[in-house]
Amino acid sequence: MIVQAISSLGQSVREWIENLGYAARTLFAMLGTSLGLLRRPRLVTDQIHFIGNYSLVIIGVSGLFVGFVLGLQGYYTLNKYGSEQALGLLVALSLTRELGPVVTALLFAGRAGTSLTAEIGLMKAGEQLSAMEMMAVNPLQRVIAPRFWAGVIAMPVLAAIFSAVGILGGYIVGVKMIGVDEGAFWSQMQGGVDIWKDVANGVLKSVVFGFAVTFIALFQGYEAQPTPEGVSRATTRTVVIASLTVLWLDFMLTALMFN
Amino acid sequence: MQKKSLDLWVGTFVLLGILALFFLAMKAGNLASFNYGKVYEVQAKFDNIGGLKPQAAVKSAGVVVGRVADISFDDKTFQAVVTLNMDTRYQFPKDSSVKILTSGLLGEQYIGISPGGDTHNLAAGDKITMTQSAVVLEDLISQFLYSKAADGGKDSK
Repeated sequence: MIVQAISSLGQSVREWIENLGYAARTLFAMLGTSLGLLRRPRLVTDQIHFIGNYSLVIIGVSGLFVGFVLGLQGYYTLNKYGSEQALGLLVALSLTRELGPVVTALLFAGRAGTSLTAEIGLMKAGEQLSAMEMMAVNPLQRVIAPRFWAGVIAMPVLAAIFSAVGILGGYIVGVKMIGVDEGAFWSQMQGGVDIWKDVANGVLKSVVFGFAVTFIALFQGYEAQPTPEGVSRATTRTVVIASLTVLWLDFMLTALMFN
Repeated sequence: MQKKSLDLWVGTFVLLGILALFFLAMKAGNLASFNYGKVYEVQAKFDNIGGLKPQAAVKSAGVVVGRVADISFDDKTFQAVVTLNMDTRYQFPKDSSVKILTSGLLGEQYIGISPGGDTHNLAAGDKITMTQSAVVLEDLISQFLYSKAADGGKDSK
């Protein structure tokens, strides 16, 4: 009984490590084929359209509402210290440093990641990937790599849009509705937000998140069991693993950049 | 035909992202409020800088003419040494004085520079000798209480 438990534990750890190695190998194989994409940039732009443009609405609306809430909650807290004028700074720093990249990555995993996993998984279930290999077309290069780079490009763009819309949302609630002084709102923001330390770090974070989320989604689809149930499991795993990875990476990156 | 309209949408998407970044850099960040063009460095020593921070504005007549580059401590005179990056477009007389001011009651602290009457201008590496420290609220209150107490003593006599 105990021996069985230990051996099954060992097996699951071993499988996990094996999977990690397989994922790393797939990643390098895919990166290796990526140079070929320069000759066919259309493949990538098609996917940017699919991943990026279709996510615009959800990102924009979420950004606006997160900005609204930050405006209200920030005002509530700052009002206790009589420093409502720092509202702009609070909204801008929270969005550019933290909420912009993280919330965008979580939404991105739900909106784009799942569709990528399901698409690749169904391709695999329908033996399309095998068919490509039969025709001497490398599916890693033709199917996976364009989607990967499209995700890496689209994610920072979406995060920047999220932050910008969020700041506008904070402005609408803080200045237009509550009546914080407009000049103080912007000038405190400009005085406190640093281009490199805050804005650029946020962009860097979103690039890393885009890399992680897109790759997890593609990999889950690529190694999904080629059955309807397998695809549905892979989609679920994409959301769970990608969200946890984003939150973990966020902590690591923040700790690294924090000084 | 179909491909072309798709390219347009992708272009719009990327453009939106660039605009958003531009907005973050210009409107939220401090890129627009002061150009990192040519600056000259001057130093000023203060007895107390209060809550002054690097990147704080140096203003004259309310206009930003420079930024605080660095703050350090001199353990010979026990004073704070503040290095100011002044915009070369603006020249000030050598005997200009600087003081630490607060925008609003609890707002950010900044440095106000008032021009003197000297015919020579401040040059890079110069030291501003006339400085006025930040107003520390506790000192102000204790002074006020002290003078009140002294007044009260006089009145009762």
